[in-house]
Amino acid sequence: MNLHPMPEFGSYSLMLALMLTACNFLGGAFALWGATPAGVRITGIPEARWNRLGEVARRAGIASFVALCCAAFALVWAAFTNDFSVEYIRSHSNITLNPAYKFAALWSGQEGSLLLWAWLLGAYGFVVRMRYRIDVRLSAFASVILAAIQLFFVLLLVVAAPPFSIAPGPVAADGAGLNVLLQYPEMVIHPPMLYLGYVGFAVPFAFALGALMMRYPGEKWIHITRRWTMVTWLFLTCGIFLGAHWAYSVLGWGGYWGWDPVENASLMPWLTGTAFLHSVMMQEKRGMMKNWNVWLIFTTFLLTILGTLLTRSGIISSVHAFAESPIGAWFYAFIIIAFLVCLITFLMRRDHLKSENKLESLVSRESSFLFNNMILLAACATVITGTFFPLLSEWWTGSKVTMGAAYYNRVNIPIGLTLLFLTGIGPLLAWRATSLRSIRRNFILPSIAMVVTSVVLMIAGIRPWNDGDDMESTFFSLIAFALSAGVITAIIEEFTRGARVVRTQTGKNLLSSMVLLVRRNTRRYGGYIIHFGVVVMFIGIAGGAFNRAVEQEMSYGDSLLIGPYRLVCMSITQDSTPNYDTNYALLNVYRGGKKITQLSPEKRVYFAGTDHEQASTIVALHSTAESDLYTVFEGTNPDNGQPILKVFLNPLIAWIWIGIIIVVLGTFIALVPNLVRTPARVRQEDLVDASPAAALGASSILAKAPHV
Amino acid sequence: MFRRAQLRLTPFNGPIFWARAVQIALLCMVTVAMLGAGQSRFNRLGHELMCSCGCSQVLLECNHVGCPDSSRMIGELHAQIDSGANDTAVLNWFVAKYGPTILTAPIRGGFDNVAWIIPAAIFLLATFGTFATVWLWKRRALQLAGISSLGEGSDFPAPTGSKPDASNPQDAALRERIRRETEY
Repeated sequence: MNLHPMPEFGSYSLMLALMLTACNFLGGAFALWGATPAGVRITGIPEARWNRLGEVARRAGIASFVALCCAAFALVWAAFTNDFSVEYIRSHSNITLNPAYKFAALWSGQEGSLLLWAWLLGAYGFVVRMRYRIDVRLSAFASVILAAIQLFFVLLLVVAAPPFSIAPGPVAADGAGLNVLLQYPEMVIHPPMLYLGYVGFAVPFAFALGALMMRYPGEKWIHITRRWTMVTWLFLTCGIFLGAHWAYSVLGWGGYWGWDPVENASLMPWLTGTAFLHSVMMQEKRGMMKNWNVWLIFTTFLLTILGTLLTRSGIISSVHAFAESPIGAWFYAFIIIAFLVCLITFLMRRDHLKSENKLESLVSRESSFLFNNMILLAACATVITGTFFPLLSEWWTGSKVTMGAAYYNRVNIPIGLTLLFLTGIGPLLAWRATSLRSIRRNFILPSIAMVVTSVVLMIAGIRPWNDGDDMESTFFSLIAFALSAGVITAIIEEFTRGARVVRTQTGKNLLSSMVLLVRRNTRRYGGYIIHFGVVVMFIGIAGGAFNRAVEQEMSYGDSLLIGPYRLVCMSITQDSTPNYDTNYALLNVYRGGKKITQLSPEKRVYFAGTDHEQASTIVALHSTAESDLYTVFEGTNPDNGQPILKVFLNPLIAWIWIGIIIVVLGTFIALVPNLVRTPARVRQEDLVDASPAAALGASSILAKAPHV
Repeated sequence: MFRRAQLRLTPFNGPIFWARAVQIALLCMVTVAMLGAGQSRFNRLGHELMCSCGCSQVLLECNHVGCPDSSRMIGELHAQIDSGANDTAVLNWFVAKYGPTILTAPIRGGFDNVAWIIPAAIFLLATFGTFATVWLWKRRALQLAGISSLGEGSDFPAPTGSKPDASNPQDAALRERIRRETEY
């Protein structure tokens, strides 16, 4: 009998994790019930003993994380030691694989990525359980809910998708290797980042559900989870854009977003999570939208599970086919159970969610948040419709349809432009109601910026009526650029107006005043920076309307013209490494007669000469703020052996990546505590008009005044 | 001059203003519709078809060398356009030959319309639903404020546009300071 010490260690760790998680869930749930007056009365067991059981459950939850760490370690160890007795390692790794990608093998297949899900959830739960003193009872509820979710994933790992199953027959000499599309540096961080986002939404979900179950008074659960939610949102945002950048750099079709079902799966919770981040402010500041917020976070969590289902089950055909498997039924059952728990809890406790205020004006900050929420949800519903319509069509008509970029672009561009518009006007409106004078004052400059930008762009040559083929996309791009100019002007106006007031107060220069302004209200001004990043991303996306591509056979000395660039082929070379064979071209790039760079697009063939040969494109890029020169070695003409190159000129793409960096920066700023704390609930008197007064601590001044 | 004077005199929320707004919106729609008249049929139709080789790419963007299908399909597209068939007939010809998945978006009518109606309906519902909700809440709040003003101890906030108590000198001083510090 063969011994497999590390896989067995991993399997036992998983089983231990299952028992400890079950103990956490059941013990915690009983303790929470038993410690209530009804529980003490019915059981006759004193509250102190139930509390001890609760403490045991908490510690079991902490121990379950240690057990999950052991299981994850065992799988990584097996990958690094080329233990091909483990079926998962045999299928997703090989001897010559780069060590970084051996580590990435942990999430390159279904079992491993489910283990990553469980481990990350365990890590989040560990932090919640260690920081339980922040609110013992609410943390206990959240811990039990997190344990329930973890129980599902660990059960899945033990029963349906075991990562340590032993390959039948003799141990293979080498593995099948990692999917070549995943052998790219971003693939080492994109999936964990995405999963940190997916899994992270379980924490605000658990606190929201727990707060509802225990009729938690006030909005403290929002304060507790605010940073969780923002960090989680940031992870999901980074994960989505790392995936987009990976697609752009690796897949070689010149784009970054293909509206693939799995891409959509990550976008759906992002949209609802973004809506939650906005609308939860209304609950914090005005005690409104409680039902709405609870359902937003419930929906976001359920969509993360749906996303995992789409990625893992293969119910909808996707380019992420490397992750398909038949575990859909487990996820369907979990989603239904989770939804029912949410629904029943909501129905039983909805009296607890009564709003303290109502919306009073269509032209107010609250209304803009509500519109923003509605538009984000409309975008989410559109993506859901597009993702599932092929299934619906097949069920209803018997024939499948394709939902390609043509569909999504047509329905989502108007929604996206509306969102961009709201991004600009929302922060300019006051809480409760905005006066006509305030509207005039705040909107005049952004409106001028929009008009001037439109005129300048039309003079510069962006004229939809001249672009017969691309009239529609040019028209929408023009609108996007104009709106972006308006929003950026509004943001700059907000900063400078506030900074001028600080300068008056402190005598500092404008730049120092701006820094101080941001430090005094990091959340508000961090939010503006995030909005600015989003606008920069929109500009990059709008540039897509002007993409160009040229395909050409090239041999030594041949040149290709695209936009302002001339590419000259210097050589076509073949090479071989232990992991792959490669063909690559060396292209000198000239602009205005001057050589500016050399690019070498590649076509690699992994596992050459074996029965599982896989081709991969390595794109070569010259990126500037103006445009990306994107070169692809497509292969060789089978008739004459000539290499074929495809060159794209993609304007403004770099702005998308710059935008995401700004979003990350803004989120970090928003996470930093204020220099001067402002009260969470804005007093009614502070809400009459939008002004930087609140940011400057004026609300604090008012709060100190008696009877104000 | 006359026009400008008339525009200035038109009330912001009056019926003439809304009639003009509708006229301008219709004019914009017609203009936008006319702008599309000169589109290249080949390019447009080529972007409404998928390549049938299984690469999941639009026909005119299929980027892999040696694709067994794209050249033939592009030839078929040219032939269909040259035969004088209209757009619907061309697309129907491709659907008949390759099946409905050859279209990049569901545009066959019938059940396919659902895919287009749902997003539009949700978008309109979201927009007008929000308007209606805010309007209803506002009206209810005003009604209740009116009722409670007859009695005592209303929990509801003051109606929109109400001013803070200006008679309190401390409030007034603070507000004047904020106004000064935050004005242009």
